[in-house]
Amino acid sequence: MIIEPKHKINLKQKAAWIWRETLSIHRRAPETRVASSLSVIEIFTALYYGGVLKFNAKNPLDESRDRCIISKGHGSICMYPILADLGFFPLEELNNVCKSGGFLGGIPDPVIPGYETVNGSLGHGLGVATGIALALKTKKSDNSVFVVTGDGELHEGANWEAIMFASHHKLDNLNLIVDNNSISMLDYTDNIVSHSNLVERLTSFGWECVEVNGHDVAAVQSILLEKKNTKDKKPKAIIAKTLKGHGVPGLENASLSHIMNPKPELIDSLLEDK
Amino acid sequence: MSIKPLPMRDVFLEKIWREMSVDSLIFFVSADFGSPVLDKIREDFPDRFINVGIAEQNLINISAGLAIEGYKVFAYAIAPFITMRCFEQIRVSLALLSEVRPMNVNLIGVGAGYSYVVSGPTHQCYEDITIMRALPNFQVLSPADHITTSFLFNSCVAANGLRYLRLDAQVQPAVYLLKPPVISDGFHVHNKSNSVCLIATGFMVHTAFKIEKEMSSNGIKLGVIDIFNITNFSKKNLKKILSQYSAIVTLEEGFRGRGGLDSMLFEFISESKLDLKTLSIGVDPGYSFELGSRDELHEKVGIGVQSSLKKIQPFVQTVMNKIKE
Repeated sequence: MIIEPKHKINLKQKAAWIWRETLSIHRRAPETRVASSLSVIEIFTALYYGGVLKFNAKNPLDESRDRCIISKGHGSICMYPILADLGFFPLEELNNVCKSGGFLGGIPDPVIPGYETVNGSLGHGLGVATGIALALKTKKSDNSVFVVTGDGELHEGANWEAIMFASHHKLDNLNLIVDNNSISMLDYTDNIVSHSNLVERLTSFGWECVEVNGHDVAAVQSILLEKKNTKDKKPKAIIAKTLKGHGVPGLENASLSHIMNPKPELIDSLLEDK
Repeated sequence: MSIKPLPMRDVFLEKIWREMSVDSLIFFVSADFGSPVLDKIREDFPDRFINVGIAEQNLINISAGLAIEGYKVFAYAIAPFITMRCFEQIRVSLALLSEVRPMNVNLIGVGAGYSYVVSGPTHQCYEDITIMRALPNFQVLSPADHITTSFLFNSCVAANGLRYLRLDAQVQPAVYLLKPPVISDGFHVHNKSNSVCLIATGFMVHTAFKIEKEMSSNGIKLGVIDIFNITNFSKKNLKKILSQYSAIVTLEEGFRGRGGLDSMLFEFISESKLDLKTLSIGVDPGYSFELGSRDELHEKVGIGVQSSLKKIQPFVQTVMNKIKE
Protein backbone atom coordinates (compact mmCIF):
# COMPACT_ATOMS: atom_id res chain seq x y z
CA MET A 1 0.00 0.00 0.00
CA ILE A 2 1.23 3.46 -0.86
CA ILE A 3 1.92 5.65 2.14
CA GLU A 4 0.61 9.11 1.37
CA PRO A 5 3.24 11.72 2.25
CA LYS A 6 2.86 13.67 5.44
CA HIS A 7 1.45 17.09 4.64
CA LYS A 8 1.63 18.54 8.11
CA ILE A 9 5.31 18.01 8.63
CA ASN A 10 7.44 21.09 9.28
CA LEU A 11 9.50 21.08 6.12
CA LYS A 12 12.06 23.63 7.32
CA GLN A 13 12.80 21.60 10.42
CA LYS A 14 13.01 18.43 8.36
CA ALA A 15 15.42 20.06 5.91
CA ALA A 16 17.57 21.24 8.82
CA TRP A 17 17.68 17.68 10.20
CA ILE A 18 18.67 16.28 6.81
CA TRP A 19 21.40 18.92 6.50
CA ARG A 20 22.85 17.88 9.88
CA GLU A 21 22.61 14.18 9.03
CA THR A 22 24.28 14.74 5.66
CA LEU A 23 27.18 16.55 7.30
CA SER A 24 27.38 13.82 9.94
CA ILE A 25 27.60 11.15 7.24
CA HIS A 26 30.36 13.10 5.56
CA ARG A 27 32.14 13.48 8.91
CA ARG A 28 32.12 9.67 9.26
CA ALA A 29 32.73 8.97 5.54
CA PRO A 30 34.86 11.77 4.08
CA GLU A 31 34.97 9.89 0.75
CA THR A 32 31.46 11.17 0.06
CA ARG A 33 30.98 14.37 -1.97
CA VAL A 34 29.24 16.69 0.41
CA ALA A 35 28.94 20.07 -1.34
CA SER A 36 26.62 18.88 -4.12
CA SER A 37 24.51 17.00 -1.57
CA LEU A 38 23.98 20.16 0.46
CA SER A 39 22.55 22.13 -2.48
CA VAL A 40 19.75 19.65 -3.19
CA ILE A 41 18.35 19.07 0.34
CA GLU A 42 15.27 21.29 0.10
CA ILE A 43 14.40 19.77 -3.29
CA PHE A 44 14.32 16.24 -1.88
CA THR A 45 12.61 17.45 1.32
CA ALA A 46 9.79 18.97 -0.72
CA LEU A 47 9.52 15.85 -2.91
CA TYR A 48 9.49 13.27 -0.12
CA TYR A 49 7.91 15.15 2.80
CA GLY A 50 5.90 17.81 1.00
CA GLY A 51 3.10 15.66 -0.38
CA VAL A 52 4.58 15.71 -3.90
CA LEU A 53 5.85 12.18 -4.44
CA LYS A 54 3.81 8.99 -3.98
CA PHE A 55 6.04 6.26 -2.63
CA ASN A 56 5.91 3.04 -0.65
CA ALA A 57 8.91 2.50 1.60
CA LYS A 58 7.91 -1.11 2.30
CA ASN A 59 7.56 -1.92 -1.40
CA PRO A 60 9.83 0.55 -3.20
CA LEU A 61 8.83 -0.73 -6.67
CA ASP A 62 5.08 -0.55 -5.96
CA GLU A 63 3.44 -0.10 -9.36
CA SER A 64 1.33 2.81 -8.09
CA ARG A 65 4.33 4.90 -6.97
CA ASP A 66 5.58 8.01 -8.68
CA ARG A 67 9.01 7.40 -10.18
CA CYS A 68 11.85 9.52 -8.82
CA ILE A 69 15.06 9.28 -10.83
CA ILE A 70 18.06 10.70 -9.04
CA SER A 71 20.46 11.47 -11.86
CA LYS A 72 23.00 13.52 -9.89
CA GLY A 73 24.32 10.41 -8.19
CA HIS A 74 27.20 11.49 -5.99
CA GLY A 75 25.34 14.67 -5.13
CA SER A 76 22.57 12.77 -3.41
CA ILE A 77 24.12 11.50 -0.19
CA CYS A 78 21.40 13.56 1.53
CA MET A 79 18.95 10.93 0.26
CA TYR A 80 20.39 8.41 2.75
CA PRO A 81 18.89 10.05 5.87
CA ILE A 82 15.65 10.74 3.99
CA LEU A 83 15.18 7.14 2.84
CA ALA A 84 16.17 5.78 6.26
CA ASP A 85 13.83 8.19 8.05
CA LEU A 86 10.97 7.16 5.78
CA GLY A 87 11.57 3.48 6.43
CA PHE A 88 13.16 2.31 3.16
CA PHE A 89 15.96 0.82 5.29
CA PRO A 90 17.01 1.00 8.97
CA LEU A 91 18.47 4.25 10.32
CA GLU A 92 21.47 2.31 11.66
CA GLU A 93 22.67 1.87 8.07
CA LEU A 94 23.69 5.54 8.15
CA ASN A 95 26.64 4.44 10.30
CA ASN A 96 27.82 2.10 7.55
CA VAL A 97 28.20 4.54 4.64
CA CYS A 98 31.23 3.55 2.55
CA LYS A 99 31.96 0.70 4.96
CA SER A 100 32.61 -2.92 4.07
CA GLY A 101 29.41 -4.91 4.29
CA GLY A 102 27.18 -1.82 3.94
CA PHE A 103 25.20 -0.90 0.87
CA LEU A 104 25.28 2.90 1.06
CA GLY A 105 28.27 3.81 -1.07
CA GLY A 106 30.08 7.02 -1.92
CA ILE A 107 27.89 7.01 -5.00
CA PRO A 108 24.45 5.48 -4.51
CA ASP A 109 23.72 2.30 -6.45
CA PRO A 110 20.32 0.94 -7.47
CA VAL A 111 20.64 -1.80 -4.85
CA ILE A 112 19.57 0.88 -2.35
CA PRO A 113 15.81 0.65 -1.76
CA GLY A 114 14.30 3.83 -3.18
CA TYR A 115 16.80 4.30 -6.01
CA GLU A 116 15.30 3.45 -9.38
CA THR A 117 18.26 3.55 -11.80
CA VAL A 118 22.03 3.72 -12.10
CA ASN A 119 23.14 7.27 -11.49
CA GLY A 120 26.86 7.43 -10.78
CA SER A 121 27.72 8.29 -14.36
CA LEU A 122 26.15 11.66 -15.11
CA GLY A 123 23.68 12.49 -17.85
CA HIS A 124 21.82 9.16 -17.92
CA GLY A 125 18.87 9.86 -15.65
CA LEU A 126 16.81 12.19 -17.81
CA GLY A 127 16.82 9.89 -20.85
CA VAL A 128 15.78 6.83 -18.85
CA ALA A 129 13.17 8.92 -16.99
CA THR A 130 11.80 9.98 -20.38
CA GLY A 131 11.45 6.32 -21.40
CA ILE A 132 9.65 5.63 -18.11
CA ALA A 133 7.33 8.60 -18.72
CA LEU A 134 6.51 7.22 -22.18
CA ALA A 135 5.86 3.77 -20.66
CA LEU A 136 3.50 5.23 -18.03
CA LYS A 137 1.60 7.17 -20.70
CA THR A 138 1.25 4.01 -22.79
CA LYS A 139 -0.01 2.11 -19.72
CA LYS A 140 -2.46 4.98 -19.15
CA SER A 141 -1.02 5.36 -15.67
CA ASP A 142 -1.61 8.60 -13.73
CA ASN A 143 1.73 8.36 -11.96
CA SER A 144 4.31 11.03 -12.45
CA VAL A 145 8.03 10.89 -13.13
CA PHE A 146 10.44 13.22 -11.36
CA VAL A 147 14.09 13.43 -12.30
CA VAL A 148 16.68 15.41 -10.38
CA THR A 149 19.81 16.48 -12.24
CA GLY A 150 22.59 18.93 -11.58
CA ASP A 151 23.20 21.77 -14.00
CA GLY A 152 26.75 20.59 -14.73
CA GLU A 153 25.53 17.25 -16.08
CA LEU A 154 23.35 19.06 -18.59
CA HIS A 155 26.56 19.47 -20.58
CA GLU A 156 26.03 15.81 -21.58
CA GLY A 157 24.39 15.83 -25.02
CA ALA A 158 22.17 12.81 -24.35
CA ASN A 159 20.07 15.05 -22.06
CA TRP A 160 19.19 17.26 -25.00
CA GLU A 161 18.17 14.26 -27.09
CA ALA A 162 15.71 13.41 -24.29
CA ILE A 163 14.60 17.05 -23.93
CA MET A 164 13.68 17.17 -27.64
CA PHE A 165 11.94 13.79 -27.41
CA ALA A 166 9.89 14.58 -24.29
CA SER A 167 8.29 17.73 -25.70
CA HIS A 168 7.62 16.08 -29.08
CA HIS A 169 5.81 13.24 -27.31
CA LYS A 170 3.93 15.66 -24.99
CA LEU A 171 5.14 13.91 -21.84
CA ASP A 172 3.40 16.16 -19.30
CA ASN A 173 3.93 13.46 -16.64
CA LEU A 174 7.67 14.19 -16.73
CA ASN A 175 9.10 16.73 -14.26
CA LEU A 176 12.75 17.70 -14.48
CA ILE A 177 14.20 19.42 -11.41
CA VAL A 178 17.60 20.99 -11.99
CA ASP A 179 19.68 21.57 -8.87
CA ASN A 180 21.17 24.67 -10.43
CA ASN A 181 24.09 25.34 -8.09
CA SER A 182 26.06 26.70 -11.07
CA ILE A 183 29.24 24.85 -10.16
CA SER A 184 30.70 21.81 -11.90
CA MET A 185 33.76 19.95 -10.58
CA LEU A 186 36.45 22.41 -11.57
CA ASP A 187 34.73 25.77 -11.85
CA TYR A 188 31.52 27.75 -12.15
CA THR A 189 29.57 26.42 -15.13
CA ASP A 190 29.49 29.96 -16.53
CA ASN A 191 33.27 29.73 -16.89
CA ILE A 192 33.13 26.29 -18.50
CA VAL A 193 30.17 26.30 -20.89
CA SER A 194 27.51 28.68 -19.66
CA HIS A 195 24.06 27.49 -18.58
CA SER A 196 22.90 30.92 -17.42
CA ASN A 197 19.85 30.87 -19.68
CA LEU A 198 18.49 27.40 -18.87
CA VAL A 199 14.91 28.68 -18.61
CA GLU A 200 15.03 30.17 -22.11
CA ARG A 201 16.74 27.09 -23.52
CA LEU A 202 14.23 24.62 -22.11
CA THR A 203 11.28 26.85 -22.98
CA SER A 204 12.50 27.07 -26.55
CA PHE A 205 12.62 23.26 -26.60
CA GLY A 206 8.91 23.16 -25.81
CA TRP A 207 9.09 22.64 -22.06
CA GLU A 208 7.14 24.53 -19.44
CA CYS A 209 9.93 25.97 -17.37
CA VAL A 210 10.07 28.02 -14.15
CA GLU A 211 12.79 29.17 -11.81
CA VAL A 212 12.55 28.89 -8.04
CA ASN A 213 14.74 29.59 -5.01
CA GLY A 214 15.91 26.02 -4.36
CA HIS A 215 16.54 26.68 -0.67
CA ASP A 216 13.01 27.95 0.00
CA VAL A 217 11.48 24.57 0.73
CA ALA A 218 7.89 25.91 0.82
CA ALA A 219 8.36 27.57 -2.56
CA VAL A 220 9.85 24.37 -4.03
CA GLN A 221 6.97 22.32 -2.59
CA SER A 222 4.38 24.70 -3.98
CA ILE A 223 5.84 24.78 -7.49
CA LEU A 224 6.29 20.98 -7.60
CA LEU A 225 2.68 20.38 -6.54
CA GLU A 226 1.47 22.87 -9.11
CA LYS A 227 3.54 21.40 -11.95
CA LYS A 228 2.72 17.81 -11.03
CA ASN A 229 -0.95 18.57 -11.35
CA THR A 230 -0.77 20.59 -14.56
CA LYS A 231 -1.61 18.39 -17.53
CA ASP A 232 -1.03 20.67 -20.50
CA LYS A 233 0.80 18.28 -22.82
CA LYS A 234 4.17 19.80 -21.94
CA PRO A 235 7.01 18.33 -19.89
CA LYS A 236 7.92 20.51 -16.91
CA ALA A 237 11.29 21.83 -15.83
CA ILE A 238 11.91 23.48 -12.48
CA ILE A 239 15.20 25.31 -12.32
CA ALA A 240 16.04 25.47 -8.63
CA LYS A 241 18.64 28.13 -7.96
CA THR A 242 20.83 26.73 -5.21
CA LEU A 243 24.20 27.13 -3.55
CA LYS A 244 26.70 24.31 -3.66
CA GLY A 245 27.95 23.57 -0.14
CA HIS A 246 24.93 25.42 1.26
CA GLY A 247 25.38 26.53 4.87
CA VAL A 248 29.02 25.57 5.29
CA PRO A 249 31.40 28.56 5.55
CA GLY A 250 34.30 28.29 3.12
CA LEU A 251 32.53 25.62 1.12
CA GLU A 252 29.37 27.46 0.11
CA ASN A 253 29.56 28.63 -3.50
CA ALA A 254 33.33 28.00 -3.71
CA SER A 255 34.36 27.21 -7.28
CA LEU A 256 36.14 24.01 -6.16
CA SER A 257 33.57 23.04 -3.55
CA HIS A 258 32.85 19.74 -5.32
CA ILE A 259 36.22 18.35 -4.37
CA MET A 260 36.64 20.18 -1.05
CA ASN A 261 36.16 18.49 2.31
CA PRO A 262 35.26 20.74 5.24
CA LYS A 263 37.55 20.11 8.23
CA PRO A 264 36.14 17.71 10.86
CA GLU A 265 36.41 20.42 13.53
CA LEU A 266 34.33 22.78 11.37
CA ILE A 267 31.67 20.11 10.89
CA ASP A 268 31.64 19.45 14.65
CA SER A 269 31.19 23.11 15.45
CA LEU A 270 28.42 23.47 12.84
CA LEU A 271 26.60 20.44 14.24
CA GLU A 272 26.87 21.88 17.75
CA ASP A 273 25.59 25.30 16.66
CA LYS A 274 22.43 24.18 14.89
CA MET B 1 22.38 -25.21 -49.92
CA SER B 2 21.37 -21.88 -51.32
CA ILE B 3 17.68 -21.93 -52.08
CA LYS B 4 15.08 -19.22 -51.48
CA PRO B 5 17.18 -16.64 -49.66
CA LEU B 6 15.49 -13.82 -47.71
CA PRO B 7 16.88 -10.73 -45.98
CA MET B 8 17.46 -11.47 -42.27
CA ARG B 9 16.20 -8.04 -41.38
CA ASP B 10 12.86 -8.47 -43.11
CA VAL B 11 12.31 -11.93 -41.65
CA PHE B 12 12.97 -10.53 -38.19
CA LEU B 13 10.72 -7.49 -38.69
CA GLU B 14 7.94 -9.67 -40.06
CA LYS B 15 8.07 -11.80 -36.93
CA ILE B 16 8.04 -8.70 -34.70
CA TRP B 17 5.01 -7.39 -36.60
CA ARG B 18 3.15 -10.67 -36.08
CA GLU B 19 4.10 -10.84 -32.41
CA MET B 20 3.11 -7.21 -31.77
CA SER B 21 -0.43 -8.01 -32.80
CA VAL B 22 -0.75 -10.63 -30.05
CA ASP B 23 1.60 -9.16 -27.42
CA SER B 24 0.75 -5.59 -26.40
CA LEU B 25 3.93 -5.37 -24.30
CA ILE B 26 6.24 -5.17 -27.32
CA PHE B 27 7.72 -1.78 -28.22
CA PHE B 28 9.72 -1.14 -31.37
CA VAL B 29 12.14 1.79 -31.13
CA SER B 30 14.14 2.92 -34.15
CA ALA B 31 16.91 5.48 -34.53
CA ASP B 32 15.47 6.69 -37.84
CA PHE B 33 16.31 3.45 -39.55
CA GLY B 34 13.77 1.62 -41.67
CA SER B 35 12.85 -1.10 -44.12
CA PRO B 36 9.74 -1.71 -46.22
CA VAL B 37 8.55 -4.33 -43.70
CA LEU B 38 8.95 -1.72 -40.96
CA ASP B 39 6.22 0.36 -42.58
CA LYS B 40 3.68 -2.27 -41.53
CA ILE B 41 4.80 -1.90 -37.91
CA ARG B 42 4.63 1.90 -38.15
CA GLU B 43 1.14 1.83 -39.60
CA ASP B 44 -0.40 -0.92 -37.48
CA PHE B 45 1.12 -0.07 -34.11
CA PRO B 46 1.61 3.71 -34.02
CA ASP B 47 1.56 3.74 -30.19
CA ARG B 48 4.30 1.16 -29.88
CA PHE B 49 6.51 2.22 -32.76
CA ILE B 50 8.78 5.08 -31.75
CA ASN B 51 11.33 6.79 -33.97
CA VAL B 52 13.72 8.67 -31.66
CA GLY B 53 15.46 10.30 -34.62
CA ILE B 54 19.17 10.10 -35.27
CA ALA B 55 19.88 9.80 -31.56
CA GLU B 56 21.27 6.43 -30.49
CA GLN B 57 22.02 7.51 -26.92
CA ASN B 58 18.38 8.37 -26.50
CA LEU B 59 17.41 5.16 -28.30
CA ILE B 60 19.04 3.18 -25.50
CA ASN B 61 17.82 5.42 -22.67
CA ILE B 62 14.22 5.33 -23.88
CA SER B 63 14.49 1.55 -24.35
CA ALA B 64 15.82 1.17 -20.78
CA GLY B 65 12.97 3.25 -19.36
CA LEU B 66 10.35 1.26 -21.28
CA ALA B 67 11.98 -2.03 -20.30
CA ILE B 68 12.10 -1.42 -16.54
CA GLU B 69 8.41 -0.61 -16.78
CA GLY B 70 7.82 -4.11 -18.15
CA TYR B 71 7.83 -3.63 -21.91
CA LYS B 72 9.72 -5.96 -24.25
CA VAL B 73 11.83 -3.66 -26.37
CA PHE B 74 13.34 -4.07 -29.81
CA ALA B 75 15.76 -1.22 -30.52
CA TYR B 76 16.78 -0.91 -34.14
CA ALA B 77 19.64 0.90 -35.90
CA ILE B 78 22.72 0.37 -38.05
CA ALA B 79 25.14 -2.02 -36.28
CA PRO B 80 28.12 0.29 -35.58
CA PHE B 81 25.84 3.09 -34.36
CA ILE B 82 23.67 0.99 -32.02
CA THR B 83 26.75 -0.48 -30.37
CA MET B 84 29.48 2.14 -30.39
CA ARG B 85 27.71 5.50 -30.47
CA CYS B 86 25.85 4.70 -27.25
CA PHE B 87 28.09 2.19 -25.55
CA GLU B 88 28.02 3.82 -22.12
CA GLN B 89 24.22 4.04 -22.19
CA ILE B 90 24.19 0.31 -22.98
CA ARG B 91 26.64 -0.39 -20.18
CA VAL B 92 25.00 1.74 -17.49
CA SER B 93 21.28 1.56 -18.14
CA LEU B 94 21.07 -1.94 -19.63
CA ALA B 95 23.97 -4.22 -18.63
CA LEU B 96 24.49 -2.72 -15.18
CA LEU B 97 20.89 -1.84 -14.31
CA SER B 98 19.69 -5.30 -15.35
CA GLU B 99 21.57 -6.68 -12.32
CA VAL B 100 18.75 -5.31 -10.17
CA ARG B 101 15.88 -4.53 -12.56
CA PRO B 102 14.77 -7.40 -14.80
CA MET B 103 14.35 -6.30 -18.40
CA ASN B 104 13.97 -7.52 -21.95
CA VAL B 105 15.86 -5.39 -24.47
CA ASN B 106 17.00 -6.60 -27.88
CA LEU B 107 19.39 -4.41 -29.83
CA ILE B 108 19.00 -5.16 -33.51
CA GLY B 109 22.05 -3.97 -35.42
CA VAL B 110 21.88 -4.18 -39.21
CA GLY B 111 25.08 -4.15 -41.24
CA ALA B 112 27.42 -6.70 -39.67
CA GLY B 113 30.93 -6.71 -41.12
CA TYR B 114 31.26 -5.37 -44.64
CA SER B 115 27.59 -5.70 -45.52
CA TYR B 116 27.29 -1.97 -46.24
CA VAL B 117 29.79 -2.53 -49.01
CA VAL B 118 30.06 0.92 -50.60
CA SER B 119 29.39 3.00 -47.49
CA GLY B 120 32.90 2.69 -46.13
CA PRO B 121 34.26 2.20 -42.62
CA THR B 122 31.73 4.39 -40.75
CA HIS B 123 28.91 2.05 -41.74
CA GLN B 124 30.89 -1.17 -41.77
CA CYS B 125 31.32 -2.93 -38.48
CA TYR B 126 34.37 -4.91 -37.45
CA GLU B 127 34.40 -4.24 -33.70
CA ASP B 128 30.91 -5.07 -32.49
CA ILE B 129 31.54 -8.65 -31.33
CA THR B 130 34.53 -7.48 -29.31
CA ILE B 131 32.84 -4.52 -27.71
CA MET B 132 29.50 -6.19 -26.98
CA ARG B 133 30.89 -9.42 -25.60
CA ALA B 134 32.80 -7.34 -23.04
CA LEU B 135 29.49 -6.64 -21.29
CA PRO B 136 28.16 -9.11 -18.75
CA ASN B 137 24.41 -9.85 -18.98
CA PHE B 138 24.43 -9.45 -22.79
CA GLN B 139 24.05 -12.22 -25.34
CA VAL B 140 25.76 -11.59 -28.66
CA LEU B 141 23.86 -13.30 -31.47
CA SER B 142 25.31 -13.57 -34.94
CA PRO B 143 23.19 -15.57 -37.40
CA ALA B 144 24.37 -16.70 -40.84
CA ASP B 145 20.96 -16.85 -42.49
CA HIS B 146 17.34 -15.79 -42.19
CA ILE B 147 16.25 -19.13 -40.73
CA THR B 148 18.58 -18.84 -37.74
CA THR B 149 17.44 -15.23 -37.39
CA SER B 150 13.85 -16.38 -37.22
CA PHE B 151 14.61 -18.96 -34.51
CA LEU B 152 16.60 -16.41 -32.52
CA PHE B 153 13.61 -14.07 -32.56
CA ASN B 154 11.61 -16.70 -30.67
CA SER B 155 14.15 -16.67 -27.85
CA CYS B 156 14.05 -12.84 -27.75
CA VAL B 157 10.38 -12.78 -26.81
CA ALA B 158 10.39 -15.94 -24.70
CA ALA B 159 12.33 -14.61 -21.72
CA ASN B 160 13.77 -11.48 -20.14
CA GLY B 161 17.33 -10.70 -21.11
CA LEU B 162 19.64 -8.39 -22.99
CA ARG B 163 20.63 -9.36 -26.50
CA TYR B 164 22.60 -7.84 -29.33
CA LEU B 165 21.61 -9.35 -32.65
CA ARG B 166 23.93 -8.48 -35.54
CA LEU B 167 22.24 -8.92 -38.88
CA ASP B 168 23.71 -8.88 -42.36
CA ALA B 169 22.36 -6.06 -44.52
CA GLN B 170 22.51 -8.19 -47.65
CA VAL B 171 20.54 -11.28 -48.59
CA GLN B 172 22.50 -14.41 -47.66
CA PRO B 173 21.89 -17.98 -48.85
CA ALA B 174 19.77 -20.11 -46.54
CA VAL B 175 21.86 -22.55 -44.50
CA TYR B 176 19.15 -24.33 -42.55
CA LEU B 177 16.45 -25.15 -45.09
CA LEU B 178 16.63 -28.89 -44.53
CA LYS B 179 17.48 -29.05 -40.85
CA PRO B 180 16.91 -26.33 -38.24
CA PRO B 181 19.86 -24.98 -36.24
CA VAL B 182 20.39 -26.28 -32.71
CA ILE B 183 19.47 -23.00 -31.00
CA SER B 184 19.97 -24.31 -27.46
CA ASP B 185 23.62 -25.16 -28.23
CA GLY B 186 24.35 -21.74 -29.71
CA PHE B 187 26.26 -23.43 -32.52
CA HIS B 188 25.61 -25.98 -35.24
CA VAL B 189 27.91 -28.63 -36.66
CA HIS B 190 27.72 -28.82 -40.46
CA ASN B 191 30.67 -30.92 -41.53
CA LYS B 192 32.72 -33.32 -39.47
CA SER B 193 36.30 -34.45 -39.79
CA ASN B 194 39.00 -35.49 -37.35
CA SER B 195 41.74 -33.01 -38.11
CA VAL B 196 40.86 -29.33 -38.57
CA CYS B 197 37.57 -27.58 -37.85
CA LEU B 198 36.54 -24.23 -39.29
CA ILE B 199 34.51 -22.23 -36.76
CA ALA B 200 32.79 -19.22 -38.30
CA THR B 201 30.07 -16.71 -37.49
CA GLY B 202 27.68 -14.61 -39.58
CA PHE B 203 28.66 -14.05 -43.19
CA MET B 204 31.89 -16.01 -42.72
CA VAL B 205 29.91 -19.25 -42.36
CA HIS B 206 29.30 -19.01 -46.10
CA THR B 207 33.00 -18.38 -46.67
CA ALA B 208 33.78 -21.43 -44.52
CA PHE B 209 31.52 -23.59 -46.72
CA LYS B 210 33.40 -22.43 -49.84
CA ILE B 211 36.76 -23.12 -48.20
CA GLU B 212 35.58 -26.56 -47.07
CA LYS B 213 34.40 -27.34 -50.61
CA GLU B 214 37.69 -26.24 -52.13
CA MET B 215 39.75 -28.25 -49.65
CA SER B 216 37.45 -31.24 -50.03
CA SER B 217 37.98 -31.21 -53.81
CA ASN B 218 41.67 -31.62 -53.02
CA GLY B 219 40.92 -34.61 -50.83
CA ILE B 220 41.13 -32.85 -47.45
CA LYS B 221 38.11 -33.05 -45.18
CA LEU B 222 37.46 -30.19 -42.77
CA GLY B 223 34.84 -29.74 -40.09
CA VAL B 224 32.58 -26.67 -40.23
CA ILE B 225 30.78 -25.17 -37.26
CA ASP B 226 28.47 -22.15 -37.38
CA ILE B 227 28.55 -20.40 -34.00
CA PHE B 228 25.63 -17.99 -33.75
CA ASN B 229 25.59 -17.37 -29.99
CA ILE B 230 28.99 -15.89 -29.23
CA THR B 231 28.45 -15.51 -25.49
CA ASN B 232 26.01 -18.19 -24.34
CA PHE B 233 26.79 -21.34 -26.32
CA SER B 234 26.91 -24.78 -24.68
CA LYS B 235 30.52 -25.02 -23.50
CA LYS B 236 30.05 -28.66 -22.58
CA ASN B 237 28.83 -29.66 -26.03
CA LEU B 238 31.38 -27.59 -27.93
CA LYS B 239 34.18 -29.05 -25.80
CA LYS B 240 32.97 -32.55 -26.58
CA ILE B 241 32.99 -31.85 -30.32
CA LEU B 242 36.30 -30.00 -30.43
CA SER B 243 38.06 -32.70 -28.41
CA GLN B 244 37.90 -34.83 -31.58
CA TYR B 245 40.03 -32.31 -33.53
CA SER B 246 43.69 -31.40 -33.66
CA ALA B 247 43.20 -27.78 -34.73
CA ILE B 248 40.65 -25.04 -35.32
CA VAL B 249 40.48 -22.10 -37.69
CA THR B 250 38.33 -19.16 -36.59
CA LEU B 251 36.69 -17.05 -39.30
CA GLU B 252 35.11 -13.68 -38.56
CA GLU B 253 34.26 -10.53 -40.47
CA GLY B 254 35.84 -8.48 -37.71
CA PHE B 255 39.33 -7.45 -36.66
CA ARG B 256 41.72 -10.32 -36.08
CA GLY B 257 43.25 -10.58 -32.61
CA ARG B 258 41.20 -7.80 -31.09
CA GLY B 259 38.90 -9.62 -28.73
CA GLY B 260 36.36 -10.95 -31.23
CA LEU B 261 35.46 -14.53 -32.18
CA ASP B 262 39.09 -15.64 -32.27
CA SER B 263 39.85 -14.37 -28.76
CA MET B 264 36.64 -15.86 -27.43
CA LEU B 265 37.43 -19.30 -28.84
CA PHE B 266 41.09 -19.23 -27.84
CA GLU B 267 40.02 -18.35 -24.28
CA PHE B 268 37.49 -21.18 -24.42
CA ILE B 269 40.14 -23.66 -25.59
CA SER B 270 42.48 -22.63 -22.82
CA GLU B 271 39.74 -22.73 -20.19
CA SER B 272 38.57 -26.14 -21.43
CA LYS B 273 42.12 -27.50 -21.49
CA LEU B 274 41.72 -28.58 -25.12
CA ASP B 275 44.90 -29.42 -26.99
CA LEU B 276 44.27 -27.61 -30.26
CA LYS B 277 46.42 -25.69 -32.72
CA THR B 278 44.80 -22.44 -33.77
CA LEU B 279 44.64 -20.12 -36.76
CA SER B 280 42.70 -16.88 -36.82
CA ILE B 281 41.15 -15.54 -40.02
CA GLY B 282 39.93 -12.00 -39.47
CA VAL B 283 40.26 -8.51 -40.87
CA ASP B 284 43.81 -7.16 -40.74
CA PRO B 285 43.49 -4.45 -38.07
CA GLY B 286 43.26 -1.09 -39.82
CA TYR B 287 40.71 0.98 -41.72
CA SER B 288 40.51 0.99 -45.48
CA PHE B 289 38.74 3.39 -47.82
CA GLU B 290 39.00 1.24 -50.94
CA LEU B 291 35.93 0.49 -53.01
CA GLY B 292 34.96 -2.86 -54.47
CA SER B 293 32.53 -5.73 -54.13
CA ARG B 294 32.28 -7.46 -50.75
CA ASP B 295 34.34 -10.35 -52.08
CA GLU B 296 37.00 -7.98 -53.40
CA LEU B 297 37.16 -6.09 -50.11
CA HIS B 298 37.41 -9.38 -48.22
CA GLU B 299 40.37 -10.48 -50.34
CA LYS B 300 42.12 -7.15 -49.66
CA VAL B 301 41.78 -7.45 -45.86
CA GLY B 302 42.65 -11.15 -45.71
CA ILE B 303 39.28 -12.80 -45.19
CA GLY B 304 38.23 -13.69 -48.76
CA VAL B 305 38.06 -17.33 -49.87
CA GLN B 306 41.38 -17.14 -51.71
CA SER B 307 43.28 -15.09 -49.13
CA SER B 308 41.97 -17.38 -46.37
CA LEU B 309 42.95 -20.51 -48.30
CA LYS B 310 46.51 -19.17 -48.62
CA LYS B 311 46.75 -19.23 -44.82
CA ILE B 312 44.62 -22.29 -44.18
CA GLN B 313 46.27 -24.69 -46.66
CA PRO B 314 49.77 -24.61 -45.13
CA PHE B 315 48.24 -24.64 -41.63
CA VAL B 316 46.21 -27.75 -42.42
CA GLN B 317 49.27 -29.38 -44.01
CA THR B 318 51.33 -28.82 -40.87
CA VAL B 319 48.55 -30.23 -38.72
CA MET B 320 48.17 -33.29 -40.97
CA ASN B 321 51.93 -33.91 -40.92
CA LYS B 322 51.88 -33.78 -37.12
CA ILE B 323 48.99 -36.27 -37.03
CA LYS B 324 50.94 -38.64 -39.31
CA GLU B 325 53.95 -38.42 -36.99
